[in-house]
Amino acid sequence: MQILGMTAAGLGAAIKNKEVTVMEAVEAVLSRIEEKEKEYHCYVTVDQEGALLQAREVQGRIDRGELTGPLAGVPAAIKDNLCTKGLLTTCSSRILYNFVPTFSAEAVVNLQRSGAVILGKTNMDEFAMGSTTETSAFGVTKNPWNPAHVPGGSSGGSAAAVAAGECFYALGSDTGGSIRQPASYCGVVGLKPTYGTVSRYGLVAYGSSLDQIGPLCQDVGDCAAVMEAIATHDPKDSTSVKRSGTDFTSALVEDVKGMKIGVPRDYLGEGLDPEVKKAVLQAAETLKGRGAVVEEFDLSLVEYAIPAYYTIAAAEASSNLERFDGVKYGYRAEGYQGLHPMYKKSRSEGFGAEVKRRIMLGSFVLSSGYYDAYYLKALRVKALIKKAFDEAFAKYDLILGPVAPTTAPRLGESLADPIKMYLGDIYTISVNLAGLPGLSMPCGVDGKGLPIGLQLIGDCFQEKKLIQAAYTYEKARGAFGRGEDR
Amino acid sequence: MAKQYETVIGLEVHVELATKTKIFCGCSTAFGGEPNTHTCPVCTGMPGSLPVLNKKVLEYAVAVGLAAGCDITRYCKFDRKNYFYPDNPQNYQISQLYLPICRNGKVEIETEAGKKPVRIHEIHMEEDAGKLVHDEWEDCSLVDFNRSGVPLIEIVSEPDMRNAQEVIAYLEKLRMIIQYLGASDCKLQEGSMRADVNLSVREAGTEAFGVRTEMKNLNSFKAIARAIEGERERQIDLLESGECVVQETRRWDDAKGESYAMRSKEDAQDYRYFPDPDLVPIVIDDAFLEEIQSRQPEFREEKMRRYREEFDIPDYDIEIITGSKHMADIFEATVALGSQPKKVSNWLMVETLRLLKEKEMDPEDISFSPENLAKLIALTEAKAINSSVAKEVFEAMFASDMDPVKYVEEKGLKTVNDEGALRQAVEKVIGDNPQSVQDYKNGKEKAIGFLVGQTMKAMKGKADPGMVNRLLKELL
Repeated sequence: MQILGMTAAGLGAAIKNKEVTVMEAVEAVLSRIEEKEKEYHCYVTVDQEGALLQAREVQGRIDRGELTGPLAGVPAAIKDNLCTKGLLTTCSSRILYNFVPTFSAEAVVNLQRSGAVILGKTNMDEFAMGSTTETSAFGVTKNPWNPAHVPGGSSGGSAAAVAAGECFYALGSDTGGSIRQPASYCGVVGLKPTYGTVSRYGLVAYGSSLDQIGPLCQDVGDCAAVMEAIATHDPKDSTSVKRSGTDFTSALVEDVKGMKIGVPRDYLGEGLDPEVKKAVLQAAETLKGRGAVVEEFDLSLVEYAIPAYYTIAAAEASSNLERFDGVKYGYRAEGYQGLHPMYKKSRSEGFGAEVKRRIMLGSFVLSSGYYDAYYLKALRVKALIKKAFDEAFAKYDLILGPVAPTTAPRLGESLADPIKMYLGDIYTISVNLAGLPGLSMPCGVDGKGLPIGLQLIGDCFQEKKLIQAAYTYEKARGAFGRGEDR
Repeated sequence: MAKQYETVIGLEVHVELATKTKIFCGCSTAFGGEPNTHTCPVCTGMPGSLPVLNKKVLEYAVAVGLAAGCDITRYCKFDRKNYFYPDNPQNYQISQLYLPICRNGKVEIETEAGKKPVRIHEIHMEEDAGKLVHDEWEDCSLVDFNRSGVPLIEIVSEPDMRNAQEVIAYLEKLRMIIQYLGASDCKLQEGSMRADVNLSVREAGTEAFGVRTEMKNLNSFKAIARAIEGERERQIDLLESGECVVQETRRWDDAKGESYAMRSKEDAQDYRYFPDPDLVPIVIDDAFLEEIQSRQPEFREEKMRRYREEFDIPDYDIEIITGSKHMADIFEATVALGSQPKKVSNWLMVETLRLLKEKEMDPEDISFSPENLAKLIALTEAKAINSSVAKEVFEAMFASDMDPVKYVEEKGLKTVNDEGALRQAVEKVIGDNPQSVQDYKNGKEKAIGFLVGQTMKAMKGKADPGMVNRLLKELL
């Protein structure tokens, strides 16, 4: 049996049936990492020793009947902005180059409760700010479909690790598309849950009101299984919601008959690559063929999402990142005189250019005299965008569109033009502003052989509808290879 | 004629709330732990940690607001105040700017000219910072985060006060409200109550406010009074010599009796306040408000009125006893146990106040129980101990709250009512002191006092002085 060819759920079942041991699975994936890391650099930290220890421990718990879930013993990767107790957590930033948390993020604890074996921490854009994983202080990650291209970002390491078979599934975080866009570029399935579904406790905050943790997986079934493990109410996170409808795997049903799907015309206009457009509309046709009612509509306000997002996210980030000051942990510069020079030097040397840009932008929009004109106005836009979605969901069960205007750009292309990079977030950002769930899955490859992503957006707490439609589409589409199988 | 000036004063009062745990995490607020032992990822600002509001903080803030006649903000939020300083682990303080929990209140203070209202602009909730310890020997600074996240409320008054007496009356009033609620012990010296004084002067009769300064580091009522006087004079001197008052924050040095500028308005930081996205807005419903309202205690004024009606004790006693909620509680509980109000009041007014003063303690620190005070009073009522023994027992009780009945028994302090034994002692005293006996017989009434004293001494203080007196007169 080819361990590395299995999905997470497939491997979980094989372990349960004693066809594969946890140790075999961990050793297989570690040797895969050993083989492929030089080429793709998906990880900031691979915890080989820890993974082997966990393998033994988890196998014991399975054998004693303490662990019976579908993910028990399945090796997973964690984005490096999720705290892992005793394991380096850098956010791919120099300023946290040596930071070892004293506690694990609630989502990580939930996975461990389900018997996950944590392989290591995946590379990302520094503090999740970026769309390519190129702003990492620890080197770029390459797209397993074509190493001359970026994996997307900011959860690029997680997406690439899944695509390259360097883990069976991964956790990412999504503030403006950071799960869905890399999932799209790497041909994997990514889900950004409704805001409040997964505890943010232990997620190093970027834009607190927009951040949400979610899975990056090989298929929709894995996504549902991981979601079931991580979606819990957490009293440690005030924004964590007590909600129902978290039996996500029950939605793995091949049926979209009568499901109403709206396709925003605004998502198909200027700037969208024709190949991407074609593949996305084809996916819509496929769902129509399975009985869904698909129609185009005007969502409106789409052009305001990007400025509103970059105002709110940067404002929150400018405050969230203040704690990285060289006093308590992380990087402290040398050769300073006095407190303020220490702050300045440590932060100047510790943060990269993109992070500094957003801190400056955020500080500006919050500064006295500009607060109303920028920050408050952005909040009003956010409320209007939510209203536009509410109106859409009065008519449709789901919204369907592209994830990103293009497939993965070449390495080095994006950072030169940050405005263009920001514009690339146009289809994903509104979902965060409105707090909605969004799913990204592959729906084809372009002429360069790079995967194209399909995005499904649901109303708040309607992940199960997303999963059901995605599962139905996945079955209709047929197997979609991993980057390695190209 | 020299110009007349009026002083205009507004206060910002910080009060540390008496919750067991911090405002946004479960760490203890207990004072005096080893540095950084009452800390967790939340109150040390570790990456990934998140704040969760301690509901008790909200309850106290609302209770204080209701007692101070405030409107309660039904939809209120926390904001972040951003500034870099090492005692502030996140480099922002979670506070309230845009939607503070209480607004538009009013309390009445007693002044020489009668009752006067002082309006309250707002009350908001916030977290305290850690403490910096400067180690000059090692030339470094250390941070202790034990205090980081201790809950505070800040009570901001309108500029309604005109002199130090009014300021102190206002602070006393706040202190009474808050102590009666049990929301804080409000000790200025220990910093659980801190007052910043905003002061300006203007020519008497004018409407417009002068330029104000803010005075910090005032840790006693006396310091506040001196600082107000000092700042008033400093501002008048400036104006008289044709200079301008600069809007600035000043630090009062009570030892030197002068203040110096800390920072001017021009250096004022832009705190970039914005709503904290980690904390959800607080929605206060009627049920919550009603619950807090129903739990409000009998405040001092009502208590004083009731005491006047119920107990036959002097107004002065009532004022002192109700001046501390804790003392009033002891008074009422002891009376409820059957002791005579006047007797209870006497123990509080005389011996308790004496010991408090002697030991430099606050009434809040009284630790003896009403049960034990009632037992002590019963012992004296039954003449089981005499008054000097009672004082001795009380002193021991004040120190360690032991059971006076057991104490008297164990120490053998019971009054000797055995007439035979007493008679023997008296006879011996008479025999040993012929001179005094002679004096008495010669009409020196005072001499009997000496003989009583000698007998008491012989009885190790345990005799009933009345009985000794009677026996002496009888035998002489």
